[in-house]
Amino acid sequence: MGKTLAEKILQAHTQEEITGPGQIVQVKVDKVLANDITAPLAIESFKKMGATRVFAKDRVILVCDHFTPNKDIKSAEQVKKVREFAAAQEILHYYEGGEAGVEHALLPELGLVGPGEIVVGADSHTCTYGGLGAFATGLGSTDIAYAMAFGETWFKVPETILVKVRGKLNPFVTAKDIILKLIGLIGVDGALYRVLEFQGEVIELLDIEGRLTIANMAIEAGGKAGLFAADEKTLAYTREKGREDKPLFPDKEARYEQVVEIDANGLQPVVACPHLPENVKEVEEVKGIKIDQVVIGSCTNGRISDLRQAAEVLRGKKVAKGVRLIILPATPNIFKQALKEGLLEIFLEAGAVVGPPTCGPCLGGHMGILAGGERCLATTNRNFKGRMGSLESEVYLSSAYVAAASALTGVITHPKDI
Amino acid sequence: MIFQGKAHKVGDHIDTDAIIPARFLVTTDPEELGKHCLSGLEENFIQKVAKGDILVGGKNFGCGSSREHAPLAILGAGIPVVIAHSFARIFYRNGFNMGLLLLEVGEEVEKISEGDELKIDTQRGEIEIVNKQLKIKVNPVPEFMQKIINAGGLINFAQARIKGA
Repeated sequence: MGKTLAEKILQAHTQEEITGPGQIVQVKVDKVLANDITAPLAIESFKKMGATRVFAKDRVILVCDHFTPNKDIKSAEQVKKVREFAAAQEILHYYEGGEAGVEHALLPELGLVGPGEIVVGADSHTCTYGGLGAFATGLGSTDIAYAMAFGETWFKVPETILVKVRGKLNPFVTAKDIILKLIGLIGVDGALYRVLEFQGEVIELLDIEGRLTIANMAIEAGGKAGLFAADEKTLAYTREKGREDKPLFPDKEARYEQVVEIDANGLQPVVACPHLPENVKEVEEVKGIKIDQVVIGSCTNGRISDLRQAAEVLRGKKVAKGVRLIILPATPNIFKQALKEGLLEIFLEAGAVVGPPTCGPCLGGHMGILAGGERCLATTNRNFKGRMGSLESEVYLSSAYVAAASALTGVITHPKDI
Repeated sequence: MIFQGKAHKVGDHIDTDAIIPARFLVTTDPEELGKHCLSGLEENFIQKVAKGDILVGGKNFGCGSSREHAPLAILGAGIPVVIAHSFARIFYRNGFNMGLLLLEVGEEVEKISEGDELKIDTQRGEIEIVNKQLKIKVNPVPEFMQKIINAGGLINFAQARIKGA
């Protein structure tokens, strides 16, 4: 029987023979991840289990990135708990302060995740690494504690939805527009319990950062993972990070539950309107909606290519009066690269606030919280009610191009109109 | 086991930010989290809930973040059971691991109205809507998951494995 990417990766990590979707299998995991919000709970569960040592100190990764730099005493206490656990367990990959970045931007950059691996993380956006061909998925803290202790977890072998993206991308249309379009098509539970596998000429041409953006939002359709084949581009990317990986493709006779086709030729820049990522509209349909804040950053779109897109639009221009533009490069290396390329100067000249790598405002943590009645356009991944602050605030989601263009005008704007 | 309580209905796609907004994630204490349960949906939601009451959701209940604080907040608020059309997968695993009973019933969920008196018999796999004299059948969980339930949750399951090793 032909296997999908998900089935192939799961099969390589279990002794049981995978016969098809629905089967529950025990698998070995390659990497286990948690952050400053989820690790404290995982550590408590780990101790309650009676576990004394993590299964491998070089395979457990702890990144303090959500409420950091610590926003208050309670979050500082949480980070302290994680730091002490990391020290006691001699965990090799513990990241805090100037070494830390938004976890899902940081791990690929450090070469800690790659094709064919199973990565479990106590963070729903762990699915990002599917962009590199890793079966990566979010779990809760106690499942993560179990994986930390045993290096194993269980999965129900998922059905896979094949997403084919054909054609050629129009100007200012990005990976973010592709994934938002898809979520708009299938809905926020369209891939519930399932894997999304991406193929097609647009996907083959897409750079790794774009693939990471798409995989990142698989969870926004309810997906267990968003998977891409590991091709030459993937291998070149991971080689640059010091890894030697093998290519990985699904079998030709793989069985898919359904096929969704997207024609890129007809795709225009889109935004997801409040309060669900599935409320997707073309920018042209909602242009003119007034905004108070723009956030460019996060595990979805805080990478160097996103900052380059923003700079392309912002160069030599000023942010509209009354609009707060907050730009958070997702990792210290991205920050440095942006500095080297002169992007930060463009941002500062435009009147943006450039902040440290942090998840911060995306989840309403800090560094850009919204008051009642305020509206934000963000390159983040969720626009649930109250996600970025007041229950009476609103969040729209878009690419960095649209976010930057809108920051200049103070209303939702197509970048071609700048 | 038998659970009995009043139904509190919420809509489709109740996300974990609605169940427990991120600003409250600076603690892991269920009681503290419980005080803010569903405050991301409605400011004082939890004040209308009595201990033992049952939450009834629509499609994709618990979507969004992986925060285990979400099932903890529900348990901390004194709600032992959530019934829904469907659950988001990370939330489902979390609830299951935390000992929050989650019952996925599909379209049958429409039979339940706000304020209905529900009686749940886990042995028989049945939800009874007492005031309507209606019954909803619940499908059993897969065998491996039942093993975790029998062990008393994932922490106990792990404990037994560590002791056995």
